[in-house]
Amino acid sequence: MAGRKHNQMSLTFASKSENESFARVAVAAFVSQLDPTVEELTDIKTVVSEAVTNAIIHGYDGREDGLVHIDTRIEDDTVYLTVRDDGRGIEDVETARQPLYTSKPELERSGMGFTIMENFMDEVEVESRPGQGTIVRMRKRIESTNAILN
Amino acid sequence: MSLQIDVEYKRQALIVRLSGELDHHSAQTVKATLEEAIERGRVHHIVLSLKDLSFMDSSGLGVILGRYRQIANRGGKMVVCDINQAVHRLFELSGMFKIVQVEDDERSALSRLGVVS
Repeated sequence: MAGRKHNQMSLTFASKSENESFARVAVAAFVSQLDPTVEELTDIKTVVSEAVTNAIIHGYDGREDGLVHIDTRIEDDTVYLTVRDDGRGIEDVETARQPLYTSKPELERSGMGFTIMENFMDEVEVESRPGQGTIVRMRKRIESTNAILN
Repeated sequence: MSLQIDVEYKRQALIVRLSGELDHHSAQTVKATLEEAIERGRVHHIVLSLKDLSFMDSSGLGVILGRYRQIANRGGKMVVCDINQAVHRLFELSGMFKIVQVEDDERSALSRLGVVS
């Protein structure tokens, strides 16, 4: 029987748009130890990209002197992913999560960020305090490891 | 990996080939480059080939929709071609298939627009 798996990693980086690709590639590399399928890995990269982009555009309003924090934890076959900023926060989380809603239509935002996170992950939780920042907590079970664990 | 934008004018159509990763960071360059290419070339239609695109997120949807609106406002059409499975899922989720025409490859995209290749 395979032993229980536990691992974790944290990243903190400046709220610059060029760090979006760094963030998703770093998390994907860490999650690779669970032997995910190409599709599962794409899902993870995409949701990291969405959450980090939200932090940069909305949390920090495009300011580059903020910090974005990512915590990734692996417990057995499940990935727990937290993306946090200390930016302006979201006044109305319910509305922000609606498909196609965007507070910045002038920036050609599609309003699909949270919808993508909800569809690609098993669970998405958003905690936000205006003026203090936003935390997005996500969870996804990596199915492809089941074959190995069983 | 960054994003490369290859632009070619073919009759009244602008063929745009994106390769690499299309996210919020690279979407800003795509927007600026294509806005200018559309205005400068006095084109009627756009063919957007995503054949060599290795990553895209919702920022990509935003910039594609933006160019669709730009060309539609001028009475033109946009056809997207060579989309991979990941882009297909994003298009499905966001309802893009109801807005933008999608073809298998550049040749069928051009013939859909009536541009002989």
